[in-house]
Amino acid sequence: MLSLLAWIGRSTLQQLSGMGRMFLFLISAFAWAFRPPARIRLIVHHVRSIGVDSLSVVLLSGVFTGMVMGLQGYYSLRKFNAESFLGSAVALGLLRELGPVLSAFMVTGRTGSAMAAEIGSMKVTEQIDALYSMAINPIQYLVSPRIIAGLICMPLLTAIFDVVGIYGAYVIGVGLLGVSSGSYFAGMESSVVFQDVWSGLLKSISFGLIITWVCCYKGFTAPPMATGVGQATTESVVLCFVLILVWDYFMTSVML
Amino acid sequence: MIKVVNLHKTFGNQGVLKGIHLELETGKITTIIGGSGSGKTVLLKHLNALLLPDRGSVLIDGKDITKLGERELNEVRQKFGVLFQGAALLDSMTIYDNVAFPLRKKTKMTENEIQERAEERLEQVGLTGMGYKYPAEVSGGMKKRAGLARALVMQPEIVLFDEPTTGLDPLLGKSIHNLIGKMHATFGFTGVIVSHDIPEVFQISDRVAMLANGIIEEVGTTKEFLASKNPVVRQFLQGDAEGPLAVL
Repeated sequence: MLSLLAWIGRSTLQQLSGMGRMFLFLISAFAWAFRPPARIRLIVHHVRSIGVDSLSVVLLSGVFTGMVMGLQGYYSLRKFNAESFLGSAVALGLLRELGPVLSAFMVTGRTGSAMAAEIGSMKVTEQIDALYSMAINPIQYLVSPRIIAGLICMPLLTAIFDVVGIYGAYVIGVGLLGVSSGSYFAGMESSVVFQDVWSGLLKSISFGLIITWVCCYKGFTAPPMATGVGQATTESVVLCFVLILVWDYFMTSVML
Repeated sequence: MIKVVNLHKTFGNQGVLKGIHLELETGKITTIIGGSGSGKTVLLKHLNALLLPDRGSVLIDGKDITKLGERELNEVRQKFGVLFQGAALLDSMTIYDNVAFPLRKKTKMTENEIQERAEERLEQVGLTGMGYKYPAEVSGGMKKRAGLARALVMQPEIVLFDEPTTGLDPLLGKSIHNLIGKMHATFGFTGVIVSHDIPEVFQISDRVAMLANGIIEEVGTTKEFLASKNPVVRQFLQGDAEGPLAVL
């Protein structure tokens, strides 16, 4: 019994200290972000790798998510003779929840995992030690620009996801299933308010922070062994998915 | 002068360094030898505070670097060049950019001056015309030479070499040793080499220290070291499985 309690205590302390280290890492990344020299070129580089390189997967997943919503929404609403509400149902679902969450999942899978693998590989091959030895702070050089780029890219990708999703549902609902184009957009116009848009974008900014923070941290703390990079990558993706869903619930409950 | 005083380092339950005392003379090359896993690299990484000790101090020109803040530590680190075991070139950059990197980040040199200095170093290590390649596109020996060019590009006072010939064939290993000797003659840095490549490494060493069981067992000039009667040193030099050093 005592050994069980000791194990629970030890595990709890380990988890708490791990969380503490993660938060200190984030604070350090923010502190370094505001210290000169400004790494504009690096930020632009990471905007390209997070934003531009994720664009195709976000577009593809956005359009198919919209198409599925168009199909499902239409058959659900038809039971209540409310097909004309398809546009507002799709728009509200995408803007508030599915847009930010699914685009964050796509970016985690496409870029976050690569981020953890790249930094993890740099850790294992002593490239991070090399930066320290050249008096270059690796958090300022590797982490802060990625976090800033994540904060910039995620709302933009989410906005793109929302738009292509709405048009994906339009193609199915209006083009295939015969909902009138006017009622599709009129329903959307009457039900969507600005708060729906900015709450989704606010979520996406916080998801951008979660993805870059978690993936950089996991890469940075990758165990220095052959399996370390793989382990860091897997852990970063799983933790990002969980944190995105948990944080999404809290943000939704506050902003509703 | 680098002075290591009563250095202790433990990882988990394993004590790696158990009270290291060592003085490294300015302008000389000191080689630290010892068995695999004896803590040579751990000791080397304490010299420029890549690792911090549990106890003890590392004095560089009388200043204890284990107690310094980030800013002061960075000033001290700029005195160092480091050649890592796997060269640790930044693999997102070409070899030329790797060599130019410290100059771009830490000096106010113009791009022309940087180019001149970086190409000079690449020429000195025999990599003229190879700067456009990425680290993944060159051999292990070329990576080490590029790492050496990067380590020397800021004209450091102290250069640390972590097993510079590991993973190379004997001929390539010898060429790296010769290159280190040549660069030392040119730049006159204080060198610290971690190696178990004996006796080849002795040709370029002024002094040798042996690390075993977490302490410095023996230190002296290369000649004194080779003549040592310390049974631990004799066993290591002769490669005997039997003796005071536990092999397995």
